[in-house]
Amino acid sequence: MIAAAARTAAEIAQRGTPCSLLVRRRFEGSIRAVLWLLTCLSVVTTAAIIVVLAVETYRFFTAQGHPEISVWSFFSGTEWSPLLGAQPLFGVLPLVAGTLLVTTIAGVVALPMGLMTAVYLSEYAPPRRRVALKAALEVLAGVPTVVYGFFAVTFITPMLLQPLSSSFGTYSAMSAGIAVGIMILPIVCSLCEDALRAVPQSLRDGAYALGSTKFDVSAKVVVPAALSGIVAAFLLALTRAIGETMIVALAAGGLAHMTADPSSQVQTMTAYMVQIFLGDAPAAGIEYKSSYAVAFTLFLITFALTWIGAIVLRRYREEYE
Amino acid sequence: MMIPTTLRPPIDHAPPTSIDQRRPDEARLPAAAHPSAISMRGFNSWYGDHQVLHALDLEIATRQVCAFIGPSGCGKSTLLRWINRMNDTIPGARAAGTLSLHGIDLLDRSLDVVDLRRRVGMVFQKPNPFPKSIFDNVAFGPRLHRVYARTDLEELVEQSLRASALWDEVKDRLDSSALGLSGGQQQRLCIARAVAIGPEMLLMDEPCSALDPRSTASIEQLIRELRASYTIVIVTHNMQQASRVSDSTAFFYEGRLIESGATDLLFTNPKNRQTEDYVTGRFG
Amino acid sequence: MGPRTITTSRRMASNRIFLYGCFAATSIAILVLCVLMISIAVEGWSSVSWRFLDSFASRKAAQAGIKAPLMGSIWVCAICGLVAIPMGIGTAIYLEEFAKRSRVKRLIQLNISNLSGVPSIVYGILALAAFVRCFGLNTGDAPWSLGNPESLLFIQFPCGPSVLAGGLTLALVILPIMIIASQEAFRSVPQSLRQGALALGSTPWQVVWRVSLPAALPTIMTGSILAMSRAVGEAAPLLVIGGFLLVFQTPTNLMSDFTVLPLQIFNWAGRPQADFHKLAAAAIIVQLIALLVFNSIAIIIRQKLQRPLQS
Repeated sequence: MIAAAARTAAEIAQRGTPCSLLVRRRFEGSIRAVLWLLTCLSVVTTAAIIVVLAVETYRFFTAQGHPEISVWSFFSGTEWSPLLGAQPLFGVLPLVAGTLLVTTIAGVVALPMGLMTAVYLSEYAPPRRRVALKAALEVLAGVPTVVYGFFAVTFITPMLLQPLSSSFGTYSAMSAGIAVGIMILPIVCSLCEDALRAVPQSLRDGAYALGSTKFDVSAKVVVPAALSGIVAAFLLALTRAIGETMIVALAAGGLAHMTADPSSQVQTMTAYMVQIFLGDAPAAGIEYKSSYAVAFTLFLITFALTWIGAIVLRRYREEYE
Repeated sequence: MMIPTTLRPPIDHAPPTSIDQRRPDEARLPAAAHPSAISMRGFNSWYGDHQVLHALDLEIATRQVCAFIGPSGCGKSTLLRWINRMNDTIPGARAAGTLSLHGIDLLDRSLDVVDLRRRVGMVFQKPNPFPKSIFDNVAFGPRLHRVYARTDLEELVEQSLRASALWDEVKDRLDSSALGLSGGQQQRLCIARAVAIGPEMLLMDEPCSALDPRSTASIEQLIRELRASYTIVIVTHNMQQASRVSDSTAFFYEGRLIESGATDLLFTNPKNRQTEDYVTGRFG
Repeated sequence: MGPRTITTSRRMASNRIFLYGCFAATSIAILVLCVLMISIAVEGWSSVSWRFLDSFASRKAAQAGIKAPLMGSIWVCAICGLVAIPMGIGTAIYLEEFAKRSRVKRLIQLNISNLSGVPSIVYGILALAAFVRCFGLNTGDAPWSLGNPESLLFIQFPCGPSVLAGGLTLALVILPIMIIASQEAFRSVPQSLRQGALALGSTPWQVVWRVSLPAALPTIMTGSILAMSRAVGEAAPLLVIGGFLLVFQTPTNLMSDFTVLPLQIFNWAGRPQADFHKLAAAAIIVQLIALLVFNSIAIIIRQKLQRPLQS
């Protein structure tokens, strides 16, 4: 019986005509080529960003009739007034300072809270509550940033900040910073949680067996073991904060100056670009060109941060089987 | 003898607070008065609705090595994890009956498990050193419990590493990562880590199953030496290992205790047919 | 006698404080989400109506609606999805299934993770140069055109601030996200499945097409939906390429002018009058409902379709 069935199966299997080796190779080869081209596109994108920004920034620095603009004065200048006065001043530091102030506030709001929420989710929450909370955080992560900007203008400023202190006006770094913090919170949280959950259960067991409390296990074993992932999560979230546009365009105001006062208006790099591209400046003007130089600065800062994040992840990751 | 001076025999230790406070007289009794470290009567355990242990009666003697043997899934690891209540970390695990350590009810809901685990060390199947330096691994427990005077920490780490026969291999690189050690060294580090909190008992859950024969031999040697200071319970799949290192053996099958007794007797003259089949390698 | 152990009660106290701290952090995050939703619902609910969905923008708040941005969002996101999702999956297939471990692959990988960190407004600048102006390649007066201006697929070079340019811009923004999500999906397919298929004499592409891709598909779909929900909410890059803030018609072909919901929200939210804030809130409600639908679909797919591939 069995032998007969096997013979029949073999006969049926012989009936088809197999595809010739040549046809197969060509087909496989062309698919590979298409996929390879797609992959190259990501490299081309990076190159294109760099070239476009570099070329336009070069045009800004070599613009006719503006001998006062130089690379040095751009990166070290502490006054930014491209649209006001007879003599426009292009020193990018006030914009960088504004960005840093907003990012710092966002970091103070989001990083500790995000990490603690992640610890709760990964170490404490019962499975069903964890699933529900993660879904809620996913919603928070999907909320368009312009919504957070609106929230800053219509809720954070009038309901939270202005009752606290009369020094807060309609626009402030604090309001924008808190909103950006809320925006990056789910990013911090979900990336940190991934890192915490990647720590093998055997390490937790080992710590419990030594008489650790849950606090000891979380704070002295799990968090240190996941540190590289946590640092990378922080860096990524801060990168997002630096590059955030719509919130600061709505809530931070439009005054470019060097300040550390959270209740004052600030202008960030991204907010300046919005101001220019919204059409406050003629396309051929020097102000317009300056936005490319600002964009290049922004690109370099965020690129450096993501690069550092990737290195931290690779170099300091603990390898578990 | 490898008993370090700072690692006094367990009974000399300042008895841990909470267990001690509830039963002061018993905890201070000398070891000889309690020939049984662990005793269980009618002990049952479940994971959810699934009963994994059925009506166990067993005594484990103080300062001896007791081996739990039996085929996979017979519940021996589960039982081990009840002795230091590691099962608390598993949702749905529960137990009924009597299980006591020196007369202290281990199933008491109000029992301080943190303190219990300080008194009952555990070594796991796969070495699980923390991603810290060798020194910090051994010092982890002492730092948690502050069982040392500050200046003694280095001494304590050294003695613990000596007790686990690892000192000579690592004394020059205490600050390097524990993850750089070999499997056998990692496992001995885990033993040192457990020894450093001054437990009176060590639980070992198949400590050699992830190791090569040479590392296994060194761990077995170590177990024989540690017997003088600790009560040791070892779960093993390896019958030769059980016969080499243990004083008494308990054979489990499908959640029931089939036979227990002195190791030489159980291996040479088993009373039960199933035990005989298992120790002679006819099934399992 | 040895030194005493620290009192357990003190350690238990720190244990409890830590738990309360973590719990409080989580509660605050959820509270913020609730406050956000409620404050917007209270502000905007009264303005949501059929008339609101079916009218164009207006200087008078009472007559303004979101017909143009709503249709614009749908057009732009459809183009974005059609471009970014297949490209993202294709790149992931190459990197995970074909590329050998090499320096080049590592660099490409690093490059992709860097791209995912580039601010979206910078993509807007690239898109402005590449799609809207086509790098200034066409220096003539009239744009080169392709196809009939009446037809759906009418294309001009340079594209100008059109629906096509907008869709491609968003595709640039979400492509890295899409690639990374798909790669993770492919990585989670057990190697044993591939080896099983190879042992039956499959070619590498057959392994991908018949084994890896079907197994990875649920995860890829979840990832695509999350990437698309990012695209729906993007405003900054479209603002840079000149998505119009006031548009009085719905798109008819690839070269139509457009605006999108987030841009319309930005426009209204930036005005001082409270009436327009109400409109912004109403538009946000529409946007968030769309988002919730997206997220629910993702969750359902994840729970229903993701069967375990290994016991």
